[in-house]
Amino acid sequence: MTAILRGRDSANRAMLRDHLDTTALWRTGWRRAGLVIGLLVYIVAPLYLSDFQLTVVDYAGIAAIGAIGLNVLTGYTGQISLGHGFFLGAGAYTAAYVGGELDLPLPLWLATAALAGALVGAVIGPFALRLRGSYLAIITLGLVFIGQHVFENWDSVTGGLNGLAVTAPVELGPVDFAELDVAGHAFTRNGGYFYLIWGLVALVALLVKNLMRSRLGRAFQAVRDRDSAAAVMGVRLARTKVMSFVVSSSLAAVAGALYGSYQRFVNPDEFGLFLSIRYVAMIVIGGVATIYGPVLGALFITAVPHVIDAWSDRIPGVATQPGESGITVFALNQALFGVLIVGFLLFEPRGLAAVWARVKTYFQSWPFSY
Amino acid sequence: MNNFLQYCFGGSALGARYALVALGFVVIHRATGVINFAQGSIVALGAYFTFNAHQTWGLPFVVAVGIAVLGAAAVGVLIERFILRRMAGEPVFSVIMLTIGLLFVIDQVVTMVWGQDAQNLGDPWGIDTVTAGEIVMAVEDLWSIGLAFAVVAAFFVFFHYSGTGLAMRAVAIDEEAAMARGISVRRVVAVAWGISGAVAAIAGVTLASGPAALRPSVGLIALAAFPAMILGGLDSPFGAVVGGFIIGITQTLTAGYQPTHASWLGEDFQAVTPYVVMIVILMLRPYGLFGTKEVERL
Repeated sequence: MTAILRGRDSANRAMLRDHLDTTALWRTGWRRAGLVIGLLVYIVAPLYLSDFQLTVVDYAGIAAIGAIGLNVLTGYTGQISLGHGFFLGAGAYTAAYVGGELDLPLPLWLATAALAGALVGAVIGPFALRLRGSYLAIITLGLVFIGQHVFENWDSVTGGLNGLAVTAPVELGPVDFAELDVAGHAFTRNGGYFYLIWGLVALVALLVKNLMRSRLGRAFQAVRDRDSAAAVMGVRLARTKVMSFVVSSSLAAVAGALYGSYQRFVNPDEFGLFLSIRYVAMIVIGGVATIYGPVLGALFITAVPHVIDAWSDRIPGVATQPGESGITVFALNQALFGVLIVGFLLFEPRGLAAVWARVKTYFQSWPFSY
Repeated sequence: MNNFLQYCFGGSALGARYALVALGFVVIHRATGVINFAQGSIVALGAYFTFNAHQTWGLPFVVAVGIAVLGAAAVGVLIERFILRRMAGEPVFSVIMLTIGLLFVIDQVVTMVWGQDAQNLGDPWGIDTVTAGEIVMAVEDLWSIGLAFAVVAAFFVFFHYSGTGLAMRAVAIDEEAAMARGISVRRVVAVAWGISGAVAAIAGVTLASGPAALRPSVGLIALAAFPAMILGGLDSPFGAVVGGFIIGITQTLTAGYQPTHASWLGEDFQAVTPYVVMIVILMLRPYGLFGTKEVERL
């Protein structure tokens, strides 16, 4: 009996009582507790993680911003894009130019990158008005190749095939994230960047979460579910689709800008089809049309190669030294990447987010299993 | 002028190879509405099957190609049976991603089995050439063009006169109506994947022929065959061939003239011309040159 009551009790806490409940972001005590825990983790993580682990987490955070962006377009608006790598590249080169060459401060080069991404998105977006599904996927694939060609050949801005050093400053007022020093504790560069990157991840996640609760966000989802029905209800298809491209590509550009600044170098090879596919894999594995899904996916996709790398000498059949028989770590990673995509799509098409939701429902409805 | 004709011939040969790869896409797309991004890796697989049968087992080249065609067809059928069939009813996006995942897996399997190094396919054409007027034609190029036409002719006969071909067209038009007429959709889809694999093997042989041209990356050309397929329209075999030739000829003409006449477009611009042509054509005709327009039902 007590068990049942307790079950009811926790269900009650999640019950909607008035309209404000439906719009509240952190409605239940659990969520508020989660927020506090997240904040604590954010503050103390750089103190406990090793420098190498911080590198992985930093790259994952950058990827998370880009993946949240792609999710706006693919997950919420239902437009398939293999062109995300190009938008990331546009942001990275903008950061290199505006932050490095012109030496403008952090907020300005981030904003310029976002603006550049938005512009590129606004130019590409109209393609989606005439093309759907597979056609759109292939035209955005063409975009990646054309973009890469531009990065390789526009020498005066992009440095061509040699790539470009990025010297964009990462100071926000008196705080320099590259040499963060708080109360006598000097953080490493990776530790400082952790605060910048994951702070931005939280900001972007909040922004997109709110966007999806707005009129525009609901229009995105209506277009995804059935665009002709959305048009009949008065959603302006052209504007909505283009806006989705704009939001998505400006977030991608922010991620690209951070990537360039963190890596201190950009190279046209990086912004190819494979990068686009990685981002699509992140949202597939994380879970489409959720906010935390892409973050989980980004952590997962970024961490797996490093885990494989660290354990490669313990995995049988993997060659760690040149000349040793067996498959290379690179080949194993590529194959595993493919297997993960296929496996998730076949067995868990809603991604890691669905696993989490299932665990949560299990405990919420305990002791009833349905 | 001679240069121009020479470029056009080279472009046609390249276009024929694109067309063969694109035909593989079209067969599957017609029957199932899926774009198989893993086609490129099946192309590579077909080429390596031929290599294995000819060079390792020492079988005659024609027999080796036959074995490769059957092998690649079997791979196609198996992929459909065990993986794609489970994706029925899933959104286009998921199916595309699934085939991309397969691409990564098959590519690594090919590398694992046959290694990274470039190999000789051991085709009988070698580096022989035929000269007609001022134009020098490689025998392997002539074979590629011939094979592309032979395959598209076979397609025409198959789709118009054979029972299975007619059934396949019926399924492409309306799956449920075809089922109601007693057509086994499963069988039709399996046959489509089989044919696609077989065509992929032929494409692989034409791509990997010549000295040391067989590399695991041989399937990458499938990416440039996308524009060919899109150009002709996703569901038209004839369109795939026309698209292939347009893309191939544009590409070699660009390679020939762009460096001297429009050098500001940058080095290696011919690599992106297929995509530029594709985007321009799609802006004018969103369903390609010969594709059927999708009817929007409310």
